[in-house]
Amino acid sequence: MTNPQAPQRAGRLSTLAAAYVIARRDFGAILFSRAFFFFLLGPLFPVIVGAMAGGVGARVNESAHLPVLGIAMEGADIDAVTRAHDVLSPQLGSGLPMLLVVKRLEPGQHYDATAALERGDLGVSAILSGPPSAPRLTGPEGRISAWQGPVSLLMAQAMGKAPDSYPEVAKSPVASSLSNDRGSQLKTAQAAQTLLFLLTMLLAGMVLSNLVEEKGNKIIEILAAAIPMDAVFFGKLFAMLAVSMVGIVVWGLCGAALVLVAGSALPSLPSPAVGWPVFLALGVIYFSAAYLLLGSVFLAIGSLATTVREVQTLSMPVTMMQLMVFFLASYAMTQPGSAVEMFALAFPFSSPFAMLARAAQEPALWTHLAAIGWQVFWVIVLVRLGARLFRSRVMKSGPVRVKARRKGWFAGRRAASPA
Amino acid sequence: MKMDLGNWQVAQRAQPQSDRPLAIEARGLVKRFDGFTAVDGIDLIVPEGAIYGILGPNGAGKTTTLRMLLGIIDPDEGERRILGAERPHDMAHAIGYLPEERGLYPAMKAYEAIAFVGALRGLPLPEGRKRGRELLEEHGLGYAADRQIRQMSKGMAQQVQILGTLVHQPRLVIFDEPFSGLDAINQGRLERMMRGLAEKGTTVIFSTHVIAHAERLCDEVAIIAGGKVPFAGPVDVARDRIRPQVRLETRELDGPWRAALPEDARLEGRFWYFSLPESGVEPLLRTLIESEAGILTLSIERAGLHDAFVAIAGEAAARALEENDDTEQMR
Repeated sequence: MTNPQAPQRAGRLSTLAAAYVIARRDFGAILFSRAFFFFLLGPLFPVIVGAMAGGVGARVNESAHLPVLGIAMEGADIDAVTRAHDVLSPQLGSGLPMLLVVKRLEPGQHYDATAALERGDLGVSAILSGPPSAPRLTGPEGRISAWQGPVSLLMAQAMGKAPDSYPEVAKSPVASSLSNDRGSQLKTAQAAQTLLFLLTMLLAGMVLSNLVEEKGNKIIEILAAAIPMDAVFFGKLFAMLAVSMVGIVVWGLCGAALVLVAGSALPSLPSPAVGWPVFLALGVIYFSAAYLLLGSVFLAIGSLATTVREVQTLSMPVTMMQLMVFFLASYAMTQPGSAVEMFALAFPFSSPFAMLARAAQEPALWTHLAAIGWQVFWVIVLVRLGARLFRSRVMKSGPVRVKARRKGWFAGRRAASPA
Repeated sequence: MKMDLGNWQVAQRAQPQSDRPLAIEARGLVKRFDGFTAVDGIDLIVPEGAIYGILGPNGAGKTTTLRMLLGIIDPDEGERRILGAERPHDMAHAIGYLPEERGLYPAMKAYEAIAFVGALRGLPLPEGRKRGRELLEEHGLGYAADRQIRQMSKGMAQQVQILGTLVHQPRLVIFDEPFSGLDAINQGRLERMMRGLAEKGTTVIFSTHVIAHAERLCDEVAIIAGGKVPFAGPVDVARDRIRPQVRLETRELDGPWRAALPEDARLEGRFWYFSLPESGVEPLLRTLIESEAGILTLSIERAGLHDAFVAIAGEAAARALEENDDTEQMR
């Protein structure tokens, strides 16, 4: 084919610029809509439900996982302390820690409580050592401070002394016992995963309804004629991401205000392994990745569906899949180093959840760089796939598709007539 | 009835009609959906600055062809070149498109909607807003510039969308069924607008199932039926594919001169109708005079585009076209 006229100038918008045009429009339209107000209120409901469920869970947890005090003393001392515990238990109840003999020492034998806690295989939160006249508590600062009084009472009883004479209990604080760290960081990981899950579900649903609305407005063909569908999809995804960031800022400010007002009355989460600043940054990144992955799948669904009912039907399996992914990541979090965890880290949809949990439990950072790269790769693949599906399956002439579906598969040849 | 096209026969494949540069050059475009061939080897040659009509009934393949030309969908076979570029999106800044299914964001103000469509084609938003207001003013809609699309009538919204198609001053404008949904006054305005665009050198392509629009506006047409293009070329050439029709009125209704009438001659009332013979009308005139038939009137009329369409696309396609038109008018 020959044409004397070459293109006069390359005036095509780049995919990025085209995506920006879409994102700018969507961002403005959503931000100033009533839907955004409800979006801001959205997390209130899961928070309320979560708080109620968390309260019940905490009670269950409290009874199921009472902290245990390990004892490493000479045999006679252990017997005396155990007898004293039996005497005081009816009066003090849960105020007295449960005891577990971790080592019955020979006279004069030394015991390294710090090392034993760092091994983390004893299942105790702190260790009591030394003779009853000069007991020593080794464990995390918060835990041993709380136990200082009851242990003093216990030692007094063990020595057969009257309650008006209490021996001084020395403290040997360690940064944390491994068992204690793991348990508490698991809570941080769990909380972060749940928050991530709720946010992504909320947003992916919004991006889906946004695309369906667009198809209803019939503007999609104008977009498809002017810019590549990849750009349309990317623009929509990033607009919603930007909207969610506004939401997160608003929720963050509300949270900060709550902290200022309620202060120490609020429960606090244990510090994650990578530290709070890095953890929060990773949280934002993994939230973005999780949303972009799920959003791109929802966009592909939205582009295939022609009615709200179809959207609901098609998105149900994806929602179920996302729930399963959440459960997988939650389970994998409790099995560090296992094949299940490796799978959860590698599977694109569970990767952000599993990696966030890992950030709470493991200090290594390089794994996060690799995971982020992997997740971005899948976002691009899914968006491209969705755009291709859209172009190949949707841009047929409209009304005959309904006929094809009504008459079944065999009617496909006749029904798919052009306009 | 099979017609002998004789001297009026023209090449069926599209050929460049002039030395003008080409706005569109498409060869052998094929598109299949689920095994059904919607477009079957279409060729289109559209010179720059032309008003080009794609004429055919609903379901003929017009929209699919336009979507392939625009790059909304890719052809399964064949190649296309739009304003010299092989990838239509590369020339998006120079193309305007009005789809058959009109659509705008309901919450957008009219001038913003125009600017947004321009932005999609690379026009900076502030410039688009300025031009949007100017265009609305120019076309008598200045009072509605700040009105939301949802507050407008369907016809007004459609005009806003047409202006959005033009805001970036494209070199090629493609309208898919632009007249559908417009009242007679706005149809006339749109026709004038299309002529104005062509006068300024813009190539205008539109699809329609209304022959009258194509006949009034087009330099060239492509007739589509069943996913194929049986004819593409100048309107005059299409019309010349049917011999001119002769209407004869004589004082005497019968006589020996009747033997000189062509085989297809038929009498309706006092008039004889027949196709102009290849030998011309002179031998018949001579016989009529010699036989003293008394010629009252004799007229030779060139065929209209409708007759040409019937001859080229067939009776069935023509009936479908008329049915589409009736449905449209009932709306």
